[in-house]
Amino acid sequence: MIEIDAVGKHYGSFQVLSECSTRVNKGEVVVVCGPSGSGKSTLIKCVNGLEPFQSGSITVNGVSVGDRKTNLPKLRAGIGMVFQNFELYPHMSVLANICLAQIKVLKRSRNKAETRARSLLDRVGLAEQAGKYPGQLSGGQQQRVAIARALAMDPVAMLFDEPTSALDPEMIKEVLDVMVGLAQDGMTMMVVTHEMGFARKVANRVVFMDQGRIVEDAPTAEFFVQPKTGRARLFMSKILQH
Amino acid sequence: MTYEFDWSSIPGAVPFLIDGMVLTLKLLFLAMAIGIVWGTLLALARLSGVRLLSAAAGAYVNLFRSVPLILVIFWFYFLVPFFLKAITGDAGIAVGAFYSALVAFALFEAAYYCEIIRAGIQSVPRGQLAAAYATGMNYGQAMRLVILPQAFRNMLPLLLTQSIILFQDTSLVYVISLSDFLGAASKVGTRDGRLAEMYLFAAAVYFVMSFAASSLVRRLQTRFAT
Repeated sequence: MIEIDAVGKHYGSFQVLSECSTRVNKGEVVVVCGPSGSGKSTLIKCVNGLEPFQSGSITVNGVSVGDRKTNLPKLRAGIGMVFQNFELYPHMSVLANICLAQIKVLKRSRNKAETRARSLLDRVGLAEQAGKYPGQLSGGQQQRVAIARALAMDPVAMLFDEPTSALDPEMIKEVLDVMVGLAQDGMTMMVVTHEMGFARKVANRVVFMDQGRIVEDAPTAEFFVQPKTGRARLFMSKILQH
Repeated sequence: MTYEFDWSSIPGAVPFLIDGMVLTLKLLFLAMAIGIVWGTLLALARLSGVRLLSAAAGAYVNLFRSVPLILVIFWFYFLVPFFLKAITGDAGIAVGAFYSALVAFALFEAAYYCEIIRAGIQSVPRGQLAAAYATGMNYGQAMRLVILPQAFRNMLPLLLTQSIILFQDTSLVYVISLSDFLGAASKVGTRDGRLAEMYLFAAAVYFVMSFAASSLVRRLQTRFAT
């Protein structure tokens, strides 16, 4: 589904990503972790072309992201993305947030879009909040709306860029629960996160990044029991200590 | 010798003064509408990644912000008919003082609106654009549906304040003999030999209207801030 092949990116002389290769197969959940500044957020933004890259290639569903001829808006419409800071549109109601791209990009009728939006809100447990504005919701609720907004486009895959990093601890669970539900329904997911409990529970593979490189890419069980590299072991010992 | 104020020429002149105010407001709202649309396009050009476009828009803004408005009004009054003649070869085209003034105000104010709207766009977090793109919107849709509504909302008080300045500036059309509100008052004053009274009266009307409008803007500002 998502193939990342030898991707490299630099800002001037600063190498952000080098020789990154991995893949996410259909129905797979891949967790990307690593210390801050390791390039994991940049890598996931390259997948839907929000960040350009200079070398290598990424294909999603057979479409090359870096190709100049690729219709990026069309490609992105089929890939859901959830951001660290939710990025709901503050000037629109929750319902309008979820309907906007359905109507403007997929050209669905308002009726159809609203029906879809309401069923998704129900799925993320926010059926009662349709008429509210994002500013009236808690962080966890906002992030669940953001997930619903992405799902409304019927994406072939979902990208999560640190979806729980900006949340208070007690709200992390409600967002992770929705994500676990998605994973169990067979959604193809690439998730940048430090939530190792989530990784252990639903990830097929864990990718560990450091200084712009993928230093470890292993099945989840293997990664947790016996990280191959010293860098990954050190990282794990630090975040699993408590 | 003391000056004896005589206000008696005002009541009879009311219909004429109202006509003047209608022209002033017509000029104001049309120039605002065109200026804000053109200013928005300029702001998008200034912020675009196409260097030529942003440089051209930047030059436009700097040019219009560096010349006195009254000169711009003169230019358009005298130059537009000249250009039209050069383009069409027809010497008989009359643009009229109103339209040449309207074009001058719209183009001039657009430079100021552009800077306000540019700041408004920059006040919207960058992640909003990424979010809009991520759902498959193109640049035009992302701007029109997500970024600009927020930019205008953030900048509404400044846009209105700029428009109040424009309201006052419309009085400059007296230099091309348009009977806007000030022009009308001035004509009545000259006719009756009561210029001092008419200018005081005009000042009072401009003051009341501008003050009311800016109080409204302040109230709007506090309502949006909460």
